[in-house]
Amino acid sequence: MTPLLQVQNISKFYGHRIGCQDVNFDLYPGEVMGIVGESGSGKSTLLNCLAGFLTPETGEVRFEMRDGEMRDTVTMSEPERRMLSRTDWAFVHQHARDGLRMNVSAGGNVGERLMAVGARHYGNIRAEAVDWLGRVEISEERVDDRPTQFSGGMQQRLQIARNLVTGPRLVFMDEPTGGLDVSVQARLLDLLRGLVREMGLSAIIVTHDLAVVRLLADRLMVMKDGHVVETGLTDQVLDDPQHAYTQLLVSSVLQV
Amino acid sequence: MIEIRNLSKTFTLHNQGGAVIPVMHGAELVVAPGECVALTGASGAGKSTLMRMIYGNYLAAGGSIVVDGVDVVQAEPREILALRRDVLGYVSQFLRVVPRVPTVDVVAEPLLAVGAEGEAARAKARELLARLNIPERLWSLSPTSFSGGEQQRVNIARGFAHDYPAMLLDEPTASLDATNRETVLSLIEEAKARGAAIVGIFHDEAARARVCDREIDVSIYTPGLTAGAA
Amino acid sequence: MSDYNFAYLDEQTKRMIRRAILKGLAIPGYQVPFASREMPMPYGWGTGGVQVSAATLTPDDTFKVIDQGADDTTNAVSIRKFFEKTAGVATTEETSAASVIQTRHRIPEDELREDQILVYQVPIPEPLRFLEPSEVETRKMHSLEEYGLMHVKLYEDIAKHGAIATSYAYPVKVEGRYVMDPSPIPKFDNPKMEMAGIQLFGAGREQRIYALPPYCQVVSLDFDDFPFEASKADHACDMCGATDSYLDEVIMDDAGNRMFVCSDTDYCASRRKAGHVGAQGTPFEEDAA
Ligand SMILES: Nc1ncnc2c1ncn2[C@@H]1O[C@H](COP(=O)(O)OP(=O)(O)OP(=O)(O)O)[C@@H](O)[C@H]1O
Ligand SMILES: [Mg+2]
Ligand SMILES: [Zn+2]
Repeated sequence: MTPLLQVQNISKFYGHRIGCQDVNFDLYPGEVMGIVGESGSGKSTLLNCLAGFLTPETGEVRFEMRDGEMRDTVTMSEPERRMLSRTDWAFVHQHARDGLRMNVSAGGNVGERLMAVGARHYGNIRAEAVDWLGRVEISEERVDDRPTQFSGGMQQRLQIARNLVTGPRLVFMDEPTGGLDVSVQARLLDLLRGLVREMGLSAIIVTHDLAVVRLLADRLMVMKDGHVVETGLTDQVLDDPQHAYTQLLVSSVLQV
Repeated sequence: MIEIRNLSKTFTLHNQGGAVIPVMHGAELVVAPGECVALTGASGAGKSTLMRMIYGNYLAAGGSIVVDGVDVVQAEPREILALRRDVLGYVSQFLRVVPRVPTVDVVAEPLLAVGAEGEAARAKARELLARLNIPERLWSLSPTSFSGGEQQRVNIARGFAHDYPAMLLDEPTASLDATNRETVLSLIEEAKARGAAIVGIFHDEAARARVCDREIDVSIYTPGLTAGAA
Repeated sequence: MSDYNFAYLDEQTKRMIRRAILKGLAIPGYQVPFASREMPMPYGWGTGGVQVSAATLTPDDTFKVIDQGADDTTNAVSIRKFFEKTAGVATTEETSAASVIQTRHRIPEDELREDQILVYQVPIPEPLRFLEPSEVETRKMHSLEEYGLMHVKLYEDIAKHGAIATSYAYPVKVEGRYVMDPSPIPKFDNPKMEMAGIQLFGAGREQRIYALPPYCQVVSLDFDDFPFEASKADHACDMCGATDSYLDEVIMDDAGNRMFVCSDTDYCASRRKAGHVGAQGTPFEEDAA
């Protein structure tokens, strides 16, 4: 099996401050990787470099295109990269308002990516939107409602539907359950797990919630001060952490 | 099926002045298909630690643990996950599940993971739940609200759903009544009969005597301890 | 007349605007930024169109101004007067006699010829503005041809109204490349944009010029199952009997009596001159008296 994503020596600086430095990893098809670390540790910086929202100073982010070729997404042209973000990639934002069009109906939000890649049959677009709303447990009656009328958990689910409708291969998630209460989180996680399995998605999930990675991630990467301090199988890193920082992190939260 | 050579384990407690605790040294263990080996030794001797290392949950300090050709000590996370999915089952002492998922699906999940068809997987799950005397009315509920004993039986049902070629059992009969204990022992015997290589921890001596072919006292691998010392 | 430079604007400004126009013609549908000047009329009164006209007119031109099809509204009359005064050009109300026509919200019914120029007043040049408020982002979307959002707007229309309810400023795609706002003309006029004449669009407040060279391909966006329709009131003109013209509905009295009449006043008048009479119309001679 060949990797879907090869991250090599990614560094990003904010002036003299380190955003993230020398990050390396491979992600394989179907793998879910969690990135944990305290706030300011560089998780989101790294994620944004990977997803093309930030340009790293050094390094390559090589992605396996549909034709099997590995392409560096840092140096590819912007139109190509934006095309990837509409088709093969998905990005679930922490704040739904960053990932949704709040003045467009739920159906329009889900349909946008389809229309962006050329869907031109209203009936089919709507049917697909309704199907996806169902998969994220939003009832068909809400298809014409705007996200402003939705609860926080529903907005997150809508964001997921909007992102997954084009069958992406790689999903980036930045604190997808942040700001939601625990029972809503559980439901969302359960949903994400199901979709990841069903669609064979690869995903990179940034969070500081160790319970979230325990449930969702196959692998874990622990970051501190912009550096990766530990990586490994999720349960191994959480149950037998090797690095001092990880031990502190694991012991300082409620046992998960 | 399981071949352990010169295995060692230390815990380094960085937040307690960097104390290095050696807990295992030079461990050796070979388990053949159809064989069940019991780990024995005093509390704290390292039985669970050894089992967790075989499962890849704890990181070995040195040596090798080859399960079905994969060295767990060196393997990539995805290789260990593939091993856990297809080859290596683990019945831990505690059930850990995703909230909201019905019991029948919790039990069927290992089968679905290896590509079994949904209804067939659930049929097998129901059969196991019935054998372990979980009342049918509970099958559609999440086990998170079950009693400790019920959770333990759900955990066992889940562990035996897929016919793993290798299995790790951490006190599978603890806190079970006589009927359920009997069922679990039969499940173990059936697994052995189909060729599973099993490593188990049994505080229940009668159970150990009935299903285990050999015992290995892990104390002999505990630095600073000798076999038989309590 | 001598108080002003020809057509009010100084030559340097006109050259700057002409460069923008030429660039617009070279890249059909692309919005060219230009430094809009203060005009002696408020924004929203067609300052964009007026500046484009000023840069386009030559002393030999014959100029016509319509406001929603009519030559005789205050707005149309004042712009016509403005150029009579500042450029001394001949003016006309006859579509076929004009070489430059400035318009607000209509395309004349008579087919334009290769020697005619149509200048549109544009309030909001950015068709993506409705859904994406960021100018930086919309420019990027144009440059990368990311037009899915345009269809989202039409999708929302159908979801809300059961049909594409957009009836003015109906978005078009030009030469298979740029999505363009045709200014608030009725969608009935959209097919006419594939014409022999040159079309220039000026947005004063937004400082944008765009253009369509002759015989440009202009396709109205739609869905396979909700195709574009250049609809109009299902009626004939009550004055001249025309069945092919865009109609205004005129309320006649407090009793709610109404009448449908051509919005293009020149078209209606010339038909009546030619002897056509609508259901509520009177023969032309009497009316002229
Ligand atoms: N995560 C950990 N961090 C630090 N030390 C650990 C960890 N897990 C186990 N140990 C230590 O390793 C040694 C072996 O523990 P383990 O739990 O394997 O013993 P056990 O033989 O299973 O005992 P019991 O019979 O009581 O279950 C003990 O000294 C224990 O304190
Ligand atoms: Mg133990
Ligand atoms: Zn008429």
